[in-house]
Amino acid sequence: MSALPPSHPKILRSNPQNRTSNSISVTNRDRLISLASPIVLLLLWEILVRVGVLDARFFPAPSTIFETLMVLIRDGSLWANTWASLQRLFWGFLLGGVPALLLGIAMGLNRPLRALVDPLVATTYPIPKSAIFPLILLIFGLGEASKIVMVAIGVFYPVLINSATGVLEINKIYLDVGRNFSASRWQVFRTIAFPGAVPHIMSGVKLGIGMGLILISIAEMFGAKSGLGFMIWNAWEILSVETMYVGLIVIALLGFLFSMILNEIEREIVPWKKSH
Amino acid sequence: MLAEDVPAKIRLRNLTKSFATGGGTVTALDNVSLEIPSGCFFMIVGPSGCGKTTLLRILAGLDTPTSGSIEVSASAAGRPGNSMVFQGGSLFPWMTVFDNAAYGLSMRKRPQAEIAEVVGHYLNRTGLTKFAHAYPHQLSGGMQQRVSIARAFANDPDILLMDEPFSALDEQNKLLLQEELLRIWEETRKTVLFITHSVDEAVTLGDRIMIMTAQPGRTKQIVDVPFGRPREVLELRSQPAYGELVYSIWGQLRDEVQRARAQDERSVKS
Repeated sequence: MSALPPSHPKILRSNPQNRTSNSISVTNRDRLISLASPIVLLLLWEILVRVGVLDARFFPAPSTIFETLMVLIRDGSLWANTWASLQRLFWGFLLGGVPALLLGIAMGLNRPLRALVDPLVATTYPIPKSAIFPLILLIFGLGEASKIVMVAIGVFYPVLINSATGVLEINKIYLDVGRNFSASRWQVFRTIAFPGAVPHIMSGVKLGIGMGLILISIAEMFGAKSGLGFMIWNAWEILSVETMYVGLIVIALLGFLFSMILNEIEREIVPWKKSH
Repeated sequence: MLAEDVPAKIRLRNLTKSFATGGGTVTALDNVSLEIPSGCFFMIVGPSGCGKTTLLRILAGLDTPTSGSIEVSASAAGRPGNSMVFQGGSLFPWMTVFDNAAYGLSMRKRPQAEIAEVVGHYLNRTGLTKFAHAYPHQLSGGMQQRVSIARAFANDPDILLMDEPFSALDEQNKLLLQEELLRIWEETRKTVLFITHSVDEAVTLGDRIMIMTAQPGRTKQIVDVPFGRPREVLELRSQPAYGELVYSIWGQLRDEVQRARAQDERSVKS
């Protein structure tokens, strides 16, 4: 029912069974439910803590978490930590994403290169990225570099795999057109392979950002002096559970924000995809 | 009608193409020799699977022959050898109508002003000026093939290759596009190699028609089309001579279509 476009509420109204209850359309009702569910959960949480059913040491009431949030905003530490994580994410994303994109597209276009890289990807991809962290710390030290490299590794794989798949799934007729109109290698890359693979690349980027968020949180828990991961770890050490929750909330919000921005970018750069 | 002293634009000698398949080798083209005069609108008709598309793909440089030779006499330097109008679905979905039509010229890095002028001309000739900034998915199948035609003509090649460009269109659209194609072609009278399975289309458009045999594809017969130019499609079709020619070509083709059908049925059984 949620698939019904909002412009067609009349069809539903003409259904006699729905006539009594249907002063709002089905989509609006669903929207209302989606909006209400987190609010109801928070209310329930608050009540359960206040009546003592939930242990406030592990599940502090939403109102106290909110108070801590305001304190952390006011003293500037929340912003400083968020900014530190964002910077690492950004550089890690560039460092991992750009080579992955170029290599992935080249793999899609070039069979021998695919034969060369595929087994390397297949054997290294399943290694949990967090398990590589000690090695990364050893190589790149405790500074910024190790955190950025962690994000880069996380971003690299999904972008690489999706770019290669994206090119491979391009209809062969487009490559025929390129050849017939004597497009050079670089022109094929620029005018066919890349734009044709963009929808897949975007899925890779979304997965990559998610992976980046996971890895930056882990990486900042060790040897970092700033960042959301540091903030959460530090909160554990000083037993400030509220701060921990604030950290989690901000990370969740960042993930949500990134996916919204990427959806918007996708709509902007893939105008030829039929609206979904 | 063609004068006999026109020099050959394309010369094919003993062109053979065979593919290795699971069950052995399949010969798609068998010893096809052919001369196409400069400026000729050359049609190839044949049953489906007779290798006519293979022939076109070899000429387009998208496939290589197993043996035999192709000679194409080049004209002006810097002009591309050939441009192909594909069956359909060959427009880049990520480019606007204008950018699709401009593809050949941009790949050859022509100046922007020239691209705007040439592409503008052919979009105008195909009635697409209003849709220059639309994307292919917003157009009907007929309009998409117009863009494809504009793309090939705008590239200004020596030879135009057309691979059943109208086969996916309905009857009305097909007729309109055939008329449009003839009008645009009259401006330059380039050498055209046009593949179709429609005898009507072959007689309507062509100067000369090659009938191909069922697999393996060979030349069965070459027929000259005696109608002058410019042609009006509907008027042409109302002439008795038109019907007679279609009928006689059909007579030649029918045996081949039946053979192709028998081949299909055998391959289904085995």
